[in-house]
Amino acid sequence: MNTDAIKELLYKMGDDAFILGHRNSEWTGIAPTLEEDISFSSVAQDQIGHALAVYTILHETLGEPTPDFIGFTRNESDFRCSHLVELPNGEYDFSLIRHFLFDHAEMLRYRALTQSTYTPLAQLAGKIIGELKYHILHANTWVRQLGNATEEAKARLQSSLNELMPYALGMFEPGPNEQALIEDGVFIGEEALKAQWLQSIEAVIRQTQLKLPDITTLTPVYGGRYGYHTEYLQPLLYEMTEVFRIDESAEW
Amino acid sequence: MSSLDPRINRLDLVKTLEAEDIAQHQHWETYEVFVQAKRGGHHTHVGSLHAADHDMALIFAKEQFARRGQCHNLWVVKTSDVYALDTEDADMFADNNEKKYRNPGGFKVSDKITAYKKAQKQDKTETDD
Repeated sequence: MNTDAIKELLYKMGDDAFILGHRNSEWTGIAPTLEEDISFSSVAQDQIGHALAVYTILHETLGEPTPDFIGFTRNESDFRCSHLVELPNGEYDFSLIRHFLFDHAEMLRYRALTQSTYTPLAQLAGKIIGELKYHILHANTWVRQLGNATEEAKARLQSSLNELMPYALGMFEPGPNEQALIEDGVFIGEEALKAQWLQSIEAVIRQTQLKLPDITTLTPVYGGRYGYHTEYLQPLLYEMTEVFRIDESAEW
Repeated sequence: MSSLDPRINRLDLVKTLEAEDIAQHQHWETYEVFVQAKRGGHHTHVGSLHAADHDMALIFAKEQFARRGQCHNLWVVKTSDVYALDTEDADMFADNNEKKYRNPGGFKVSDKITAYKKAQKQDKTETDD
């Protein structure tokens, strides 16, 4: 099996979960209601957990550094996350739509990976699919609720959807070793995933008064999978690694 | 309300100074949550939460009441759909000494059953010998 290709896949998956988990955790304590605060914080915690699980595979089976070193010591250009997860939080509609667009892809990605020829990944996928089920149930419930609510709610959701769609398409930017992953049966590939994802989000949007932007008119925001990032990633990394830079062995 | 985030105020929504009229139920209602720890087990009341509808109550209940500890399934019921007796009437439930015979443990016949079972067992032991 092509180890470079597997590493590439794992790094982008881990980094997406890690950065979005951090972004979503910024809502802890200030989400719109107590109940939603707890639920959204839990989703964020799950995402950090997924990142840890993926970094652990990299460390234990592919000879990469420990998860803490992967997460906290790499330079910005070593990260392989998509621009979608880097964007700072706007208002809550923005984070909800990002959560909706991301977790549908995440659910389908891991579902496909349950069939992966790369055993550690197939095993991990089987373990976390239940958590991801909850993530999309949570996202769908909110989108259906607000997407059929007041004019303000619908306008906010639609605006976020329009804004985020090109970034969401950027999640499916093929990496340099895309073909090898497909040929080795490690992963179905980003194109196939994108097609499943579109169907999946369309099915929910159809139950609302929102409109899915026509993706043929959009230019996906690429670059993340090759180490090119938005201006927002570096400040996030700086904040996230603050404790680690002071004391590598700190526990909290 | 202003935000610390620079990307805020993307939408130029019309702001009014006057408070909006709140229609009935525009505020979130409360829901009572029941957790079923094991398959086939009883659903036990564990608390309540605010939600916009049943679907949302379920997703909130999962994180608030079933995140730690065992859970097989959940029920949510609108608090306004729960009917209860007046607490003033609690004396209806007062145990009355003269009605002991109504309690399962109060049947005189249970003594007879015990004696019968004992006799049966003895018979069996004798036959076996």
